Amino acid sequence: MDAEKLLLRMEHISKRFPAVVALDDVEFSLRAGEIHALLGENGAGKSTLIKVLTGVEQRDSGTVWLEGKEIFPRTPQEAQETGISTVYQEVNLCPNLSVAENIYIGREPRRAGRIDWKTINRKAAELLGRFNLNIDVTQNLDAYSVAVQQMVAIARAVDISARVLILDEPTSSLTAVEVQKLFEIMRMLKSQGMGIIFVTHFLDQVYEVTDTITVLRNGEYVGTYATAELPRVQLVGKMIGKEYAELEGSAAAKGGEERMGEVLVELRGAGSASIPDVNLEIRRGEVLGLSGLLGSGRSETARLIFGVDRMERGEVDVRGRKTEVRGTLAAIRSGFAFCPENRKTEGIVGDLTIRENIVLALQTKRGMLRAISRAEAEKIADEYIEKLAIKTPSQDQLIRNLSGGNQQKVILARWLATNPDLLMLDEPTRGIDIGTKAEIQKIVIQLAEEGMALIFISSEIDEMLRCCNRMAVLRDKVKVAELSGEEISEAAIMNLIAGGAQNEQPA
Amino acid sequence: MSTLEKTRRRGGIKNVSLFITVILFVGLFAAGSVRYDRFLSLSTFLNLFNDNAYLIIVSVGITFVLLTGGIDISVASTLAFTCVFSAFLLRLGVPAFVVIPLVLLIGLGVGALMGFLIHSYDLQPFIVTLAGQFFMRGLCAVISTESIPISDGFYKSMALGKVAFGKAKLYYYVFIALAVVALAYYVLKYTKFGRGVYAVGGGEQSAVLMGLPVARTKISVYAISGFCAALAGVVFSFYTLAGYSLQNMGLELDAISSAVIGGTLLTGGVGTVIGTMFGVLIQGVIQTIVTYQNLNTWWTKVTIAALLCVFIVIQRIIAIRAEKLKNKG
Repeated sequence: MDAEKLLLRMEHISKRFPAVVALDDVEFSLRAGEIHALLGENGAGKSTLIKVLTGVEQRDSGTVWLEGKEIFPRTPQEAQETGISTVYQEVNLCPNLSVAENIYIGREPRRAGRIDWKTINRKAAELLGRFNLNIDVTQNLDAYSVAVQQMVAIARAVDISARVLILDEPTSSLTAVEVQKLFEIMRMLKSQGMGIIFVTHFLDQVYEVTDTITVLRNGEYVGTYATAELPRVQLVGKMIGKEYAELEGSAAAKGGEERMGEVLVELRGAGSASIPDVNLEIRRGEVLGLSGLLGSGRSETARLIFGVDRMERGEVDVRGRKTEVRGTLAAIRSGFAFCPENRKTEGIVGDLTIRENIVLALQTKRGMLRAISRAEAEKIADEYIEKLAIKTPSQDQLIRNLSGGNQQKVILARWLATNPDLLMLDEPTRGIDIGTKAEIQKIVIQLAEEGMALIFISSEIDEMLRCCNRMAVLRDKVKVAELSGEEISEAAIMNLIAGGAQNEQPA
Repeated sequence: MSTLEKTRRRGGIKNVSLFITVILFVGLFAAGSVRYDRFLSLSTFLNLFNDNAYLIIVSVGITFVLLTGGIDISVASTLAFTCVFSAFLLRLGVPAFVVIPLVLLIGLGVGALMGFLIHSYDLQPFIVTLAGQFFMRGLCAVISTESIPISDGFYKSMALGKVAFGKAKLYYYVFIALAVVALAYYVLKYTKFGRGVYAVGGGEQSAVLMGLPVARTKISVYAISGFCAALAGVVFSFYTLAGYSLQNMGLELDAISSAVIGGTLLTGGVGTVIGTMFGVLIQGVIQTIVTYQNLNTWWTKVTIAALLCVFIVIQRIIAIRAEKLKNKG
């Protein structure tokens, strides 16, 4: 390929970290006016490649050309100056500053030496206007939703004369409508000749918006393909290095009524500050799905059962006996377990080892006076590392060094170690690669088969269909239907979810 | 609720803390005026500045640090060191125009060094500035455990020099404090460096990724805090005409509480120096009222303690309400 005609060209990029080779002789090309998906499982090297390109990390070897000129960004600032901007999954702006300031900080227009606030506010409003975002730019950023914040981040990036815009999993926390808005903006920027690198886990989105796909696997370059010419099944095969058929094998979740046992938990009119009225039954041996849009009350239901949010009204029966929900410790002791949605802030303890993270909940359940011995902890950790196939050199590894998928498995192990009767999983596969996703789904089904009761929450209907044998559909904090067996179908769920809000198509 | 309405409600919150602070100040002053005969006068008002000029300077300096989410508990020791070292040098016959720049430079340097350690080795600001506190306080005692009087002509003239407004008066050194407030206000609002301070407090990682000079900013705020502490030391030695190693123990906490009462969040990113100044003045009014009431001066601390609790609770409530408003949308 002729480097001159390309906007961006990376060749023979390698990067080693103390324990692993993160990138091994990887190449990547981007044309002007192209949306290019960068795909791969967690640990494939996407993040590292982005970091190398944006100057967060330095490459060990290889060459990067931007518009025919060799570049070597050492800091994000240098990368920005050469025309490469990034919008990250977590919005990396300052919530305490105004929207306008977030767009112009570090390059404020000045008049007579002092920052010219009027110009900043005016220009920011104009800029966001071009993105069809008409908001008060003098308000603090944290007055707005994550979606708006992300648009602001993109506006900032684009305004810094970006030739290359990197979107690193920007859609993870957006609703379907917001995603569409983002895509509109991406297409607009593309038509203006910008090159966009789009990192995502959602294959639907890849096929909807991208022109080209580059796949990485285990730090190696697999190939670059035109999106239109690469069938989905083949893409998945390239990403995980195995055939898609193997994944389909786990699709036998439906049915299974015969293994459903007695009612474990029953909620009657239970409510907390964030959800008014929950009526639900959870049986042993079933996977009960909670389906609905973001904010429909899925997580709130789980939090209520686990005693995170205080129960203000209603009744709960556990194992047929009326029980008071008195907080998380009581919930753990009565055999409940809960993997929350926000893995990084509510799940892992980053600076502890895998072993320590695994035994946390078990220690809590036992109480502080009955310490788990080192030997026992090692045994438990080893057991689950093997059982759940957690990829790590040792159980002494800090959990923050693991990929998202493996972190999730550790959290899962933490709760399995307490031997719970009820396991609640809130978005357990968000931001996780397809291979690990399938593994987690398999574990879920297997646990139900062993007689555990599970509550499964996910935004992906595919995954819900695969895992759940009963499904409660929520809309605006109210359960609108319960489906089981043959009634469960994508169309039925979508119709129920859409209900009053016809415009909102689920992702 | 519409988005616009929602955000307008939220927008008010930015300045609510400052508003409450000013109202509180006016309220306390009015209460004093009603209760005590000769309280209401320009003289009482200006004396708040005369008596607290050095505390205003220290508090403004520390506000920079607090805005980045850091803390500096070395300032009182730096202030004391400045007094003792100045007095020591002046007694040796070193002229004031050499002594003052020298001690200011030392304050700046010590602050910068602590900032460097905090940033480069990713250390806890509390521990590093605690070490700075011990170090500077220790040096005071090494120089002299006795109080050293200052008899330098320039210091004496600064101690007495004042502008009269009828019976009320404002000492020259108050203008130093006001200049510091004005300059700090300008820097924080209208310079890249100042906005960088807020950005670092809002999210250090974000600031790095937005390409802001985070290292320089973090080191600078400690340097500014050190410099202000030294400047406050100079002003304080004008005020007392002596240097004593045990001066102003615990002043750093007065400075921090002034900033908090003035609306600065210890988590960083929110606060103003105007608020901080009012925080100091509120403490001053309370002190004055306690004096008029002829109470033990420790009542000042008791009152301020109560105020602090009220303030942080109010700030928290405002934050929680804002969060709720946002989530409802």
